[in-house]
Amino acid sequence: MPSITYIETNGTSHNIELPLGATIMEGAIQNDVKGIVAECGGSCMCATCHIYVDEKFLDKLPTMEEEEQEMLEGATAEVKSNSRLSCQVRMSNELDGIMVRVPEEQ
Amino acid sequence: MKKVVVIGAGHGGVQVAASLRDEGFEGEIVLISEEKELPYQKPPLSKGFLQGKQTEVSILFRSEQYYVSNAIDLRLGVTIASINPKENYISTVNGEKIDFTYLILATGAANRKLRFDGKEPKNVYYLRTLSDAKWIGQQLESANNVVIVGGGFIGLELAALAVEKGKKVTVIEAQSRLMERVLPEVISKVFYETHIQKGAKVYLGACVNGIQDNGDVVLSTGEALPSDLILAGIGVIPETQLAKEAGIICENGIVVNELQQTSIPNIYAIGDVANHYNPFAKKNLRLESVQNAVDQAKTAAAHILGKAVPYNAVPWFWTFQYHLKLQMAGISLGYDDYVVRGDTASGKFSIYYYKEGKLIGVDSLNKPADHLNARKLLELGIHPAKEEIRDLSLSLKELVSVS
Repeated sequence: MPSITYIETNGTSHNIELPLGATIMEGAIQNDVKGIVAECGGSCMCATCHIYVDEKFLDKLPTMEEEEQEMLEGATAEVKSNSRLSCQVRMSNELDGIMVRVPEEQ
Repeated sequence: MKKVVVIGAGHGGVQVAASLRDEGFEGEIVLISEEKELPYQKPPLSKGFLQGKQTEVSILFRSEQYYVSNAIDLRLGVTIASINPKENYISTVNGEKIDFTYLILATGAANRKLRFDGKEPKNVYYLRTLSDAKWIGQQLESANNVVIVGGGFIGLELAALAVEKGKKVTVIEAQSRLMERVLPEVISKVFYETHIQKGAKVYLGACVNGIQDNGDVVLSTGEALPSDLILAGIGVIPETQLAKEAGIICENGIVVNELQQTSIPNIYAIGDVANHYNPFAKKNLRLESVQNAVDQAKTAAAHILGKAVPYNAVPWFWTFQYHLKLQMAGISLGYDDYVVRGDTASGKFSIYYYKEGKLIGVDSLNKPADHLNARKLLELGIHPAKEEIRDLSLSLKELVSVS
């Protein structure tokens, strides 16, 4: 299974193996990564699963749909060039070893 | 040591346990679910789960390990028979007593059932639990004619996914338009036209008079609609029985104050079951939504930890049907005027509802950024002028940041 490292705002890191196809949001919620809220449960409805993705992996991510882009605009924390909604990113072998940071606020 | 017992492990129940731990509660937490499965989210059942896009695992709130590492004593498949509020314990149907310092009722609601002459027809099915969803999924494999009674969110979400599976679908709605209770005509119309265009048959203002054993659904006009699967989504009834029997005040749900306390101060109620004064609706009501369950859970958890923070969260809801993603913010019931932002013909627009000149709610169709912005406007109590809403050259984000 591909692995992912989540880094919380206080620096705590979680290295977790996620099944192929699971979203980065699901991995965070089920493994108790603090700071990813995901109120809507992954429906791209609430923009509370915002993450910053390690620049090295940006070109390996699935392209952003218009919907995600629009939701991100409404995210609470600063939106950067490496911002994504983690409910829209599924784990693949290409993403093995990815690192994502949790923003200050959701 | 203090002990919190939570009855019900939907959005509210799981959140209250999680919030208590997040905020430093060190006592015992017992989370009780009547269902045997690990706690899961219900909204995807009528959407991604039945569409096959989400799985039993992906809809779980948390992994099993989460409950263990957070010392949340999760009791699955346990039905509670009664509450003893004088001696602070509850009893399971098997006679086990579980004592509590604080009790949280997150019992949710049950589906309202179709009845004819006082009897429930045997061949009508309802969606509430994972096992209901699995059963409906199986039936949808072989069914050809699906009749859906109720043109509300659940009925229409089911209709959309049945049509997508190639079924012949008929929707029967008693009101004169779809989702009438919560949406204005302009939005009902977009949904109606979409359902028709996708191939569903929709009867409005239609009444079901009876259901035959052979699956015929008989309307009040005498017309009989043949079916091999009948699903109904005709509203819910709050699960108040335990509370009522314990002498807790109930009236359209369990009555709570702004801190989620019932008429017995160490017993709280949250989520679908809680009849509360809602500052956005300016009246008492129950809300059946994820937002309400989660935010009321946080209010109750905070109060148990000694912080009295009255419930005052902007209500929001959503539904998915085909390509239509509708997000609702605030409570728009009782509006006296509305303004459309965007072009209704494009299928991407928002409606801003006003009452006495004040913004009270916003419905956004395929306009997620408007929705998030609307929640901020409502939360901050900003009331943009109607001309500002109509002016597409004006960024609504600025309205929030300027203020």
